[in-house]
Amino acid sequence: MTQTPVPSHSGIRPGTGPASQNEITAEIEAIEADAAARVAAGGSPELQPRRDYAPYRSSLLRHPTHELVRVDPEEVERVSPAFGHTDVNVLESDLTIQHTGEPIGERITVSGRVLDGEGRPVRHQLIELWQANAGGRYVHKRDQHPAPLDPNFTGVGRAITGENGEYSFTTIKPGPYPWKNHMNAWRPAHIHFSLFGTAFTQRLITQMYFPGDPLFALDPIYQSIADADARARLVGQYDHSLSVPEFSLGYNWDIVLTGPKSTWMESEEDHD
Amino acid sequence: MTEPTTAQSPTLQTPSQTVGPFYGYALPYVGGPELVPGYHPRAIRFHGTVTDGAGEPILDALLEIWQADESGALSRELGSIDRDGFTFTGFGRCATTIAGHYTFTTLKPGAAGAAAPYILVTVFARGVTHHLFTRAYFAEDSALHATDAVLSAVPADRRGTLICVSEGVVGGAESYRFDIRVQGENETVFLDFDA
Repeated sequence: MTQTPVPSHSGIRPGTGPASQNEITAEIEAIEADAAARVAAGGSPELQPRRDYAPYRSSLLRHPTHELVRVDPEEVERVSPAFGHTDVNVLESDLTIQHTGEPIGERITVSGRVLDGEGRPVRHQLIELWQANAGGRYVHKRDQHPAPLDPNFTGVGRAITGENGEYSFTTIKPGPYPWKNHMNAWRPAHIHFSLFGTAFTQRLITQMYFPGDPLFALDPIYQSIADADARARLVGQYDHSLSVPEFSLGYNWDIVLTGPKSTWMESEEDHD
Repeated sequence: MTEPTTAQSPTLQTPSQTVGPFYGYALPYVGGPELVPGYHPRAIRFHGTVTDGAGEPILDALLEIWQADESGALSRELGSIDRDGFTFTGFGRCATTIAGHYTFTTLKPGAAGAAAPYILVTVFARGVTHHLFTRAYFAEDSALHATDAVLSAVPADRRGTLICVSEGVVGGAESYRFDIRVQGENETVFLDFDA
């Protein structure tokens, strides 16, 4: 367990003013090539985003420069808080019924299973979700994107996973939205997810994307996962069997948490 | 850059993504920072400021704590989200203020297993692509720290970043300050659990 500061990735020039999309894309591609070269040289694919990912400018001052200290979890980390149906009303999984009217947009369901690293269901655990509305606007006081708020859509849901780790949300497909990482930066449409496992070490906050989004290659948050196969795990699959006639389109997304210990961990690789 | 269209692998972990800036209407909840009410006779204040590599406060961080109760036991009780004011669940969630400050009201944990007592702290924020785990220990337990497996794994010159500053009784409660420096001078030690 070395404690030397993690060196900056070479070839990256963090900009002082807003970069162009072309500059950001070039940085993204250089890092992806670096990651691919490490795999070609026998390294393991990077299963998690890089913490020091310069194309995502907010990461520059918000990543530790020391390597994380690798330790064995103890009892506190090996268990997780208990959540249940007394914490979460079953109606909270339907984001389209929280107001007096129907929200505007494309009604969808997102469903799947929460699993651990051995494919076992994560039962009776809390799953939280939040998202922008169909116009790409969040109900958040600091979101200044001049798209309309929808009085019939808040964009927050919660559920408790079932016996087989299953979950299902009914919502509206979120819109893409601009942000200020660089000039003409747009986030691909996504839904934020927050998950608990049976151990606190499995805690996960992530984002689900929609298949075929033309913004994937341009987005430094999605691309902060330098391995293409790993980031593809964030893309929900359209599943026509989950679509409800005359009502909603169905997406499936299974979520795999880290652990137990047999799971192949990125941190076993010394790629930093 | 090609995006593969292969189906998900059933056993490889779903990667993390940043919590982003706009979780504030979704994740924080009423009572989240109060694991016990402030009038609990043994309530402690557990607080601090989260700063970035420029020493600036991180005003959009989200912190979670998870800890044993006073006897060292981990609660299996429901009710972290809908608190009844009497059940200690051991879990709390708090967004930082515009000054980058957080405050939890909780109980001092007892030792769980062989470890010295500590609070597990998880940091989420815009710009943090993958959450950060750290532990907050208590200076008065220094006799136990010498044999603690995690503190022993940390270089001596960085160990202090994992130990709360005892501030004595402030506003009627024992106060412990645990500042979190995500990057830079006196950077907090963050942990990678071999799980």
